[in-house]
Amino acid sequence: MNKKFAISIIMTMFLAACASKPIEEPKAPATDNSPPATVPTPAAPATDSSNSSSTMAADASTAPKGELSPLKDPNNILSSRSVYFDYDKDEVKSEYRALVEAHAKYLVAHPNAKLVLQGNADDRGSREYNLALGQRRSVAVRKVMNVLGASDTQIETISYGKEKPRCSEQTDDCRAKNRRVDIVYDGE
Amino acid sequence: MKSSNLNAIFSFYNCHMSRLLILLSLLLPLTAQAALDIEIVGGAAQQIPIAIVPFTQSSNPADNPTVIISADLRRSGLFRLLETGGVSPLPKEVADVKYPDWAALQAQALVIGKVEPTAGGRLKVSFRLLDVLKQGQLAALEYDITPSQLRQTSHKIADIIYQKLTGEAGVFSTRITYVIKQGNRQSLMIADADGYNPQPVLAGTEPIISPAWSPDGTKLAYVSFEKKKPVIYVQSLTSGQRVVLANYKGNNSAPAWSPDGKKLAIVLSLSGNTQIYTINADGTGLQPLTHGLTIDTEPQWSPDGKWIYFTSDRGGSPQIYRMSPAGGNVQRVTFEGSYNVSPRLSPDNKLIAFVRRGDNGKFQIATQEVASGQVQVLSDTARDESPSFAPNGRLIIYATHINNKGVLSVVSADGKVKQRFSEVGDVREPAWSPATN
Repeated sequence: MNKKFAISIIMTMFLAACASKPIEEPKAPATDNSPPATVPTPAAPATDSSNSSSTMAADASTAPKGELSPLKDPNNILSSRSVYFDYDKDEVKSEYRALVEAHAKYLVAHPNAKLVLQGNADDRGSREYNLALGQRRSVAVRKVMNVLGASDTQIETISYGKEKPRCSEQTDDCRAKNRRVDIVYDGE
Repeated sequence: MKSSNLNAIFSFYNCHMSRLLILLSLLLPLTAQAALDIEIVGGAAQQIPIAIVPFTQSSNPADNPTVIISADLRRSGLFRLLETGGVSPLPKEVADVKYPDWAALQAQALVIGKVEPTAGGRLKVSFRLLDVLKQGQLAALEYDITPSQLRQTSHKIADIIYQKLTGEAGVFSTRITYVIKQGNRQSLMIADADGYNPQPVLAGTEPIISPAWSPDGTKLAYVSFEKKKPVIYVQSLTSGQRVVLANYKGNNSAPAWSPDGKKLAIVLSLSGNTQIYTINADGTGLQPLTHGLTIDTEPQWSPDGKWIYFTSDRGGSPQIYRMSPAGGNVQRVTFEGSYNVSPRLSPDNKLIAFVRRGDNGKFQIATQEVASGQVQVLSDTARDESPSFAPNGRLIIYATHINNKGVLSVVSADGKVKQRFSEVGDVREPAWSPATN
């Protein structure tokens, strides 16, 4: 009858093919460095220096072949993949410096390695503006990596905006978990 | 599609009394699947009293024109539907109409009509719109249709009645697009303006945002994350075929058509920063429009083609600006408050609908007059997004949250009439289609 109702559904099959695991979840279960209760108050320092336990991370590249990849070894800082941000901020906080630096050094040591920095925002406000805020956060992480010698050709910065919340409750704690950049290596 | 019953509850209240006046529930047998129920809140202060005599029909088609036309007019908030039961016998032809009967009911207008089967299983639908006070005819039309076109034809009749009595174009024959999230599945949908006939355009497990109708209504541009990053597609609604419009390094988002449909304004993070570009509708001719270290996004062409409105935080907080479509001549547009985003221009270029964060921390739909700069907040909800004007400029559809669930709402541009759509699942990202012919 109406030309305009001839809307097709073709994409379903298409998409089924890409319907794999959400990529922002690293395979290695462990190291949940989701912001602890300290996050809602920006000034509060991270008291549990969970990251400092992994100072050997910088040497991850030397991990012998055949063993657990340093990127997935829960005892290695490289298995930590999320950097969290304060509301409306894109500054990489000091407690995440070690984590970002470890990944930067990994890129330097592995010139063929590539990663995507996926920026995310909490659910307040416009979807497109949040996409831009998430982008600004992923660029902020990239700049820290650049300083340590990681090449832009190894890094793509993108954003999911508010589309991939890790937590969906209307609380400050929950929103803090959504203001983050996830580090995802090619092939993961 | 299997037949289903919709229990549509229309509730509305007089905005002066702020009380629930009438609650009526209609049990409608429908062939069209109805996923969006509509709740109406508020109404115009001056409603046009109209009587619609039940259409004469020999069969009992699934789509009942009397019910559809009445629901359309009622939903607009501009009409008061009168009970016709007290008039006996009800007129079937214009010659049978006794105007004093209808004047006694205080009807200003009267509709009579019929549906007759014709050869080849087709239907002849005819109606007359009569002016009770002047005792004359305002409109009389006849349609030769297939039974499946009865619903659409009823909307057309409602559009004509609306246009004759209000002087502006009706939007009952238009459509809306939106995204619905059910579980981990997201679908881009198109439905009639009353929520019926929802049809999927695209479905998958990755987010879909920012659908935008081409000016001729035959294509949708949208952003899908199916490639694990935002990429802009343009999909034909007639053939279903789609093409990648922009898949550059970084993000590709916020597509907005030029009024002539030849170009789109888009947003890329090609340089790392989120900036506005234009691109031809075939994906060629990428041109940067803004060059800065701040965020420039959500471009929107004014319907007269003179400006591209957009959101930028170049002044320290996100505000609405406009610039020449070739770039340059940037002017700030919003000044009240610290968060004004998602500009959408009314069809007459006079009003900007947008999302503002008020002093109360709520994100609400507001309008600003282009000429005077006067701002009016239209919604009473707290998490509003994505306003979109109906093609007649009278209504604005937007997404909000009720009980932590995404729903669509419609508010009249003067703030007086509100409707709420609900559907199973989280609904967001509405966009109203252009006018249909």
